[in-house]
Amino acid sequence: MGATAGESSAQEEMLEVSVWHGTENGEFRHYRVPRRDSQTVLDVVTYIQRHLDPSLSYRFACRVGMCGSCAMTVNGVARWTCRSHVDQVIRDGRLEIAPLAHLPVVRDLVTDMRPFFDKWAQAKGRFQGGTTRNDPVARVPPDTPERRAVDAAIECIGCGVCYASCDVVGWRPEYLGPAALNRAWTLVNDVRDVSRLEHLKAVASEGGCLSCHTHTSCSERCPKKIAPTAGISGLKRACARAALRGEL
Amino acid sequence: MSAARRDTLLWLAQRWSAAVLALCLLVHLAGIIYAVRGGLTAAEILGRTRGNAPFALFYGLFVVAISIHAPLGLRAILTEWTLWRGRSQDLALAALAVLLLGLGLRAVWAVVQ
Repeated sequence: MGATAGESSAQEEMLEVSVWHGTENGEFRHYRVPRRDSQTVLDVVTYIQRHLDPSLSYRFACRVGMCGSCAMTVNGVARWTCRSHVDQVIRDGRLEIAPLAHLPVVRDLVTDMRPFFDKWAQAKGRFQGGTTRNDPVARVPPDTPERRAVDAAIECIGCGVCYASCDVVGWRPEYLGPAALNRAWTLVNDVRDVSRLEHLKAVASEGGCLSCHTHTSCSERCPKKIAPTAGISGLKRACARAALRGEL
Repeated sequence: MSAARRDTLLWLAQRWSAAVLALCLLVHLAGIIYAVRGGLTAAEILGRTRGNAPFALFYGLFVVAISIHAPLGLRAILTEWTLWRGRSQDLALAALAVLLLGLGLRAVWAVVQ
């Protein structure tokens, strides 16, 4: 059991908050935090760090759902904390806040995101154009199937919520994960990219898109409402066609 | 053959064999319900299966689909739940495929001949 900290007045409604401290071998510490209107989980963590425990480490930047840096596990579910209101996630007046799953814990609520982003590189998630700055800008009609597929998947902010929610990542550490595969899917559909087959080869091998079980946790939890499962299914079809044609 | 192509073709083999199994299972269940209506004796079963070429073809296909599907599914489970992978795993599962195929076709032959 950890320590309890915090002050309350008779008038104030208080939240009971448990926050992870330490690395993989840490413990939950308990705090009482004043309840506020329109309070986000990030507000709660910030209150603890500023008023109750200055040693608490956590990561955030924009606070408006753009940077993807503040994701944590809240009451057992991976979420972006800056736009998760306490109203939406509280259970029996309690919040349990832990670091993202499936990633090494640096300290407290901060995870090491390197394995997550290394897999974007493994999935060849880098745009490979075939033109120079002297060529005219490519025109990509917005109503083509390829462009629509890209539009549906391109708004990923790299928060890691899908990765932390994926069962297959937990079972197979080499699995590329939903975000890296979603990125590959946007490039496979990008008509300007000249390395389509290289992207497919990178995601077709062991630990790639074929390992997905279609549990759809990634699509359910993605704060940007992207459906990586749909993109992964698209990659499976594209890989299958390429393999049958002997292109892989 | 590249690893990417091999893995994708194995994945396709598992998907296609699953589709075949789904159809086979429906026919098999319907066959069971039809067959037990008049009682279930060895003589009655053999009377229906002996020399029955469509029966042999259907259950032969069923056995082939199982022999493809089961080892590939087991391969995914082993890879996800244990540390066993690589060549020894491939060889063991190939042996399982041959075993399932042999036992299954032998059983079909036994009731058809």
